[in-house]
Amino acid sequence: MSEQTPRPAGGVAGADAGLAPLDPDEKIDIARLLEGIADYRPRRRGWHWREQLPDQKLHKFVYKETSKGLTNSIPLPAAHYFGDIDPQPDCVVTSEIASGRFEDDIRRMRMAAWHGADHIMVIRTAGQSHMAGLLEGTPEGVGGIAVTRKQVRATRKALDLIEDEVGRPINFHSYVSGVAGAEMAVMFAEEGVNGAHQDPQYNVLYRNINMYRSFVDAAVAKHVMASVRMAQIDGAHNANATAVEAWNVMPELLVQHAINSAYSVSVGMPKEDICLSTVPPDAAPAPCMRMDLPYAVALRDLFGDYRMRAQENTRYMEADGRDATVSHVMNLMISRLTSADIQSTITPDEGRNVPWHYNNVAAVNTAKQSLVGMDGLREMVKLDREAPELKAKVREIKERAVLFFEAMLREGGYFAAVEQAYFVDSGIYPETHDDGIARKGDGGVAAGSIVERAADYLAPVCHHFGLNHLPEGYGDAAGEGGAAGGDAARKPCDLIGGCTLCDAEKVPFIDELDPEDNVDVRLAQTAGLREKGLIKPEVQWAADGWVVVTMFLPAAPRVAEFAALELGKAMNLQACEVINKQVMHPAEGTLIELKGRLDAVVDPADLTIPPEPVVMSDAEIKAFVSEKKLKCVAATVGEDEHSVGMREIIDIKHGGLEKWGFACEYLGTSVPVEKVLDAAIEHAAQVVLISTIISHGDMHRDNMQKLADLAVEKGVRDKLLLISGGTQVTDELARSWGMDAGFGRGAKGIGVASFVVTTMRERGM
Amino acid sequence: MAREDTYLQIRGHLAELGDEQLEAHFWELAQQVVDPLVELARTHTSSSIERSVLMRMGVDSPTCMAVVGACAKRGLLGHGAGHILLHCSTTWGCPAPEAARRLAAGEGWDMVAQKWGGEA
Repeated sequence: MSEQTPRPAGGVAGADAGLAPLDPDEKIDIARLLEGIADYRPRRRGWHWREQLPDQKLHKFVYKETSKGLTNSIPLPAAHYFGDIDPQPDCVVTSEIASGRFEDDIRRMRMAAWHGADHIMVIRTAGQSHMAGLLEGTPEGVGGIAVTRKQVRATRKALDLIEDEVGRPINFHSYVSGVAGAEMAVMFAEEGVNGAHQDPQYNVLYRNINMYRSFVDAAVAKHVMASVRMAQIDGAHNANATAVEAWNVMPELLVQHAINSAYSVSVGMPKEDICLSTVPPDAAPAPCMRMDLPYAVALRDLFGDYRMRAQENTRYMEADGRDATVSHVMNLMISRLTSADIQSTITPDEGRNVPWHYNNVAAVNTAKQSLVGMDGLREMVKLDREAPELKAKVREIKERAVLFFEAMLREGGYFAAVEQAYFVDSGIYPETHDDGIARKGDGGVAAGSIVERAADYLAPVCHHFGLNHLPEGYGDAAGEGGAAGGDAARKPCDLIGGCTLCDAEKVPFIDELDPEDNVDVRLAQTAGLREKGLIKPEVQWAADGWVVVTMFLPAAPRVAEFAALELGKAMNLQACEVINKQVMHPAEGTLIELKGRLDAVVDPADLTIPPEPVVMSDAEIKAFVSEKKLKCVAATVGEDEHSVGMREIIDIKHGGLEKWGFACEYLGTSVPVEKVLDAAIEHAAQVVLISTIISHGDMHRDNMQKLADLAVEKGVRDKLLLISGGTQVTDELARSWGMDAGFGRGAKGIGVASFVVTTMRERGM
Repeated sequence: MAREDTYLQIRGHLAELGDEQLEAHFWELAQQVVDPLVELARTHTSSSIERSVLMRMGVDSPTCMAVVGACAKRGLLGHGAGHILLHCSTTWGCPAPEAARRLAAGEGWDMVAQKWGGEA
C-alpha cells in the first residue's frame, strides 16, 4: 500500500521550501533546519510500505524477499566480498530513538536511516500521558522526548531531507495515548506523522487512565488517524512485557489484539492500516522458539487481514548485548518463518537503560542481516502445520482466547472484566493466578470526565467521530454527520471556512514557551565545540563525553566491579558506572563494561594523519610486473605456523600478488630468516615478504631486524624490498625495525602490489 | 481469585467447531465486546475531544485549554465546544481563532449563557 492521501493546500512543503539537500559529507545543521519552521508543512501523509521487488538480482544472487534499494546507505560489514551490495528486506524496519532532545534525535535518525531504518519511532517522555492538552516548545524529556508541535515539525522536516538523502520515504511515529490522545492525533495528522501507537487498553492497564475516558477519546483519535491513513500499532505486547510468566499470556494477547482491532475498524480505520504489535513471549534458556511459534501462527491465522509489527522480546533482556542480540535473531527467524510487515528493533542495551545511539544502528543491522540472510528460506523450510504439537497448540491458544471472550461477555463486557482483573494475569486462561491488573470504572486519572453529547451537539470540523448534529446539507465523507450524511453537498468545515485537516494554512504554530528549557539554549551550550569543529565523544547528546570501556579483570565479580571503578578513575573518566558484568569463572575473572564521562576534546587541526596508501590500477601494476619480471619470496618466519594471512596476500584466488603476474615462491611456515634471504638470492627475487603473527617476547621485531641486518651483511639490501606483515605489525614499527614497509590487519594484495611498484619506480630499481 | 486450569473441562462446546468456525466465533465475540464501547464513544465527548475540535478550527493549544476548561466549568461540553465557538465567531463576525482568544479572555460568556445557560 503506497497510496498516500494528497496533502492539503497551504504551507511550504519539502522541496518547495527551497531546502538544500543534505550533503553526505556534511553534518546536518540543526540551526538552519529550524529556520522558517513556522511555515513548514509536511509534503505527504500516510504510511509508506517498501516497494517489493520479487526475484531481485543483486551481485550474483537472486533475492525472494527484498525491496527497492537505497541511493545512499552503509552496507553490512561483509558486503565488500559481495560487490558492496546492500539488499533491503521486504518489511519496514524500525529504529526507536529516545535521547530526550530532538536536536540529537535527528542526527541519530540520519545514522539509522543510512543503515536501513525507514520507521523512526520517537519514544515519548514518561509522564506526558498524564498531561491534559498539548505541550508547546521543545523541553528536554526524560527517557524519551517531550512530544510537541515544534519537535514534531522539526523532526518531520529533517526526515524529509534524510529520506531524500537515502532515497526511500521514512515513516515518522510516536504515541497517541494518555489524556490528550484526541489532540495528539489531530496534531500528528496536521504535521505529517505517519504512524502512531493507539490502544485504549494501554491507557487503562498501564497508565491507569479511566477506562471510559480512554475508549471515548480513542474513537475520535483513531478516526482522525484514519483520515490521513496513519498506520496504527496496538499495545498488546505490553502484556508479555509485564506478566510474570510471559508465555502464559498468549490467549490474552489474542483478546487484546482483537479488542483494539475490532474497535478500530468499527470507528472507521481500514484493516490494512492496523498493525498488531506482537512479540515472541519467551527467551532462552526456555525452548523459546518451540513455545512461541504456535502463538505466532495462531495470531496470523486469526488476523490475516491485518498487518504484523514484529517486536523483539525485551521481557527477558539483561545487560549483555550479545545475549539480547541472539534473542533478537531468534525472534527474526520467527518473523521469517511466519510473516512481518514491520520489523521492530530495540537497542541491545535497552536492558541497561542507556540509549547508546550506535547500538540503535547495531539493532537495525541485526534485523537487516538476519532478514537478508534468511531471504527466501520459506522456499525450502516450511512450518509443518500438521505436526501434532504445533497443530494442537495453535488450536488450544485460539480456544483459550475464545473462552476468555465468552467469560468477559458473561461478566458483563469489557469494563466489568477489567474491574475483575482479567488482564495481565500470569495464569494461562482459564487458569488465573489472581495477579492481573484491576481498574475501577469510577477510578483512575480523569475519572468521571466523559460527557453525554446533547441533542444539539455540534463539531463544525471534518473527520469527527460520533454524533454530530450538522445543519441540513452538511456531512462528512465517512457518513457520520447531519441529515444528509455521506451524500451531503458540503463538508462540516464549510461552516467555518475550512478546518486544519483540509487547509494546512490554518494550522497555528507556537514557538518555545519556556525561555530556559528549549533547543536554542541547549544548542548554545555546545556551540563552541561545533563552530570550531572540535571532537568529543558522545552517546546520548552532543558532547556528553560518555564512553564505554571493556575490560577483563582477574577477580570475582563484586571485587571486579569495584576495581573497575578505580581503573575508570585512573583513565580520567568521570561518573563511572559498571553497566554490565559477566562472570567468566567465579574465581578466575569477570568481564566488565564500564561507562564513564571523558571531558577531553580533540582539535582535528592538531592531528597528524598520514595519507591513505595509494592504490594503482590493475593494468598499471600488471605492465610493471611483466616488464620487470617481478619475483617474490615469501615465508612465515620464526617458530610460527600461521599461513592464512600470507596466503591472502600472495594467492591469486584471494586477489593476491599472483593476480598481477608476480612469481611467488612460498617457503612455508616456521622458516628461519637466513633461509628466506638465501632463497631470495637464489631466485633473484626483488621482493621479500615475511609474515610474523606471533609477537610474544617481541619475536616479530627480532625477526625483522635480523632480516634487515643479514641483507646488509650479504650486500643485497639495495636490491631487495623487505616487507613484513602480521596482525601486530604497523608500517611505522616495521620501518623502524629495518623494513621497507609493514602491513597490518586488513591489508590486501593490492596495497602490497601498489607499494612495490611505487617504491621500485621511486628508487629506480 | 486464583483458579486451576479448567481448559479441558470447559472447552467441550468448542471441540466440534472447525478451525474456520472457531475463528469466526472469535471475531463475533470480539465484535460483541466492542459494540457497546463504540456506542459509548459515539454518544459521549470529553475535554480532550473538544480541544481536538477547536484545534481543527485553527485554535492554538493554550487557547483550546482555556476555552474548553471554561465550557467544562459551565457544564456546556455536551453541546460541543466547537458549537459554542462557532456561535460566537458567527455573532462577532470574526474567524474562529480570534473568537477563541476573546472567549479565553473572558469575553462573550453572557452571550453563551443566553443560548445554553450556565454562568455568564
